Amino acid sequence: MTDLLEVNGVTKRFGGLTAVKNASFTLKKGEFTGILGPNGAGKTTLFNILTGFMQPTTGTIHFNGELVRELAPYKVVNRGMARTFQLTRPFVGMNLLENVLVACMSPRASEDKDKEARASYLLAQVGLGGRDKEPVETLPYGDLRRLEIARALATRPDLLLLDEPFAGLGSSEIEQLAQLIRRLHREENLTILLIEHKLREFMALVSRVIAMNFGEIIAVGPPEEIVKNEKVIEAYIGKTEEAHASA
Amino acid sequence: MTRTNIALLVLIACVATLPLFGDAYALRLGTMACMYAIFALSWNIVGGFAGYPSFATAAFFGLGAYTTGILMNKGVPLPLSLLGSLVLCLLLAAALGAVLLRLRGHYFAIASLSLVEVFRELVNNATDLTGGGMGLNIPLVSGSSVLSDATFFFYAMWGLLLITAIVVIAVSMSKLGFGLNCIRQNETASNMVGLNSTLYKAIAFGLSACFVGAAGGLYAAWVHYIDPSDVFDILYSVKPIVMALMGGLGSPLGVVCGAFVYLGLEEVVWRNYIQIHSGVLGVLIILLLLFLPHGLVSLHAGKIWRGLTGRKAKHV
Repeated sequence: MTDLLEVNGVTKRFGGLTAVKNASFTLKKGEFTGILGPNGAGKTTLFNILTGFMQPTTGTIHFNGELVRELAPYKVVNRGMARTFQLTRPFVGMNLLENVLVACMSPRASEDKDKEARASYLLAQVGLGGRDKEPVETLPYGDLRRLEIARALATRPDLLLLDEPFAGLGSSEIEQLAQLIRRLHREENLTILLIEHKLREFMALVSRVIAMNFGEIIAVGPPEEIVKNEKVIEAYIGKTEEAHASA
Repeated sequence: MTRTNIALLVLIACVATLPLFGDAYALRLGTMACMYAIFALSWNIVGGFAGYPSFATAAFFGLGAYTTGILMNKGVPLPLSLLGSLVLCLLLAAALGAVLLRLRGHYFAIASLSLVEVFRELVNNATDLTGGGMGLNIPLVSGSSVLSDATFFFYAMWGLLLITAIVVIAVSMSKLGFGLNCIRQNETASNMVGLNSTLYKAIAFGLSACFVGAAGGLYAAWVHYIDPSDVFDILYSVKPIVMALMGGLGSPLGVVCGAFVYLGLEEVVWRNYIQIHSGVLGVLIILLLLFLPHGLVSLHAGKIWRGLTGRKAKHV
């Protein structure tokens, strides 16, 4: 498998605060990787850097062999990297079909001759079939998440970045969405990079974990290794009493 | 094509019949009405479709007026001078838009407003070319009489309004209009689905400026004399926004209705309350906006009937 994404020494400083510190990792085509970490670990900042919403202070990002560090967000999307947001961002005043149609206008989707049919197909793919003309304002939160994924898929990405897709969802909604993400990875042969801090759902989905804390990558490996990693346990639970006593 | 767009074209077609009924005064009002409608429609591209509150209308109106005036003084015929104004405003606005439209909200509003002052100062100081504060005389393009002159400029401005309306309707139905709508809704999300929002906004700003520039050129030829304080009047930037709000933001039909109603109010108030016309006009506009927050376009026959009778309108 070839490297799809290569992140080298990426650092992001906001004045005196270092939000991301010397992050380096690679993603291979077809991989399902997750970025794990507590709130404030720098996960979303890293996503924003990858997708062009922020420029890193130092470091390089190569996507499909091309340097994408200086590119504007729309250019990053048009190179094949799509994302969803922690807070859903639908186009209010439009129906579901129109929300996905916007993304079908991107250059990567130019091969889609019948854009409406493609948008309708994607809505069906994410479990919103037959609801094309429904106004987006009426959608429950879980369905908004699905809509965001459909919109991201419409740009025909090679890499899909999902920013906390389970945030604010109930357990049944989480299970349904997890199944959808799993199916998309399998059937569409998508490379997925997922941010989440809900451990159970996260570990059941991904095949590789990048663990972060205070802006640093503290561990990389398969889920079964990461759950036993002391640094990761410490980041989530804090030091044990024995550790405190010996310190 | 939507019903409101057809209604807009029908309304503009009806305006064309004015010379059949009106005298020179009515034609002057008609020409002003067409000019205001061009302002409102043009502003609606960047303000209504893209949601960027531009105060640059006066800048491009003045620039268009001076471009036409200078070209006509150099012997260029009126149609070519107007085309020159249109192209210059289009290109300059698109270039400036690519920079200014990186700002948002109040910041963009202030930056666009500053363009008016910048252009005015440039014109004021380029005395060899523009006449500076002394103004610029423009050769007559007139016919044989006052009425034929008024008719010519009415139809010229009406023709420009028709072209503007067709372009605005085309934009609203195109990929550009769809993209601008998305940018108004959520610019971050628009970027994240691959829309080049800077390009879309620059095109919108260019289109909103070019017809205003051409209207400025026609105005200059019509009045035969222009000076910086006249054509770079800040009110030309404020009026289109008021017209759009009165008529219905984002609706081409609404903003044209808003322009016509605004001119009507302005004329009636000016005629009857000349000493306090600005205050009276302001109060009337505030009342209109209070009672019709979504503009005149939100009025339906049923609503008017219910308002007058207090009963529910029957559907037939």
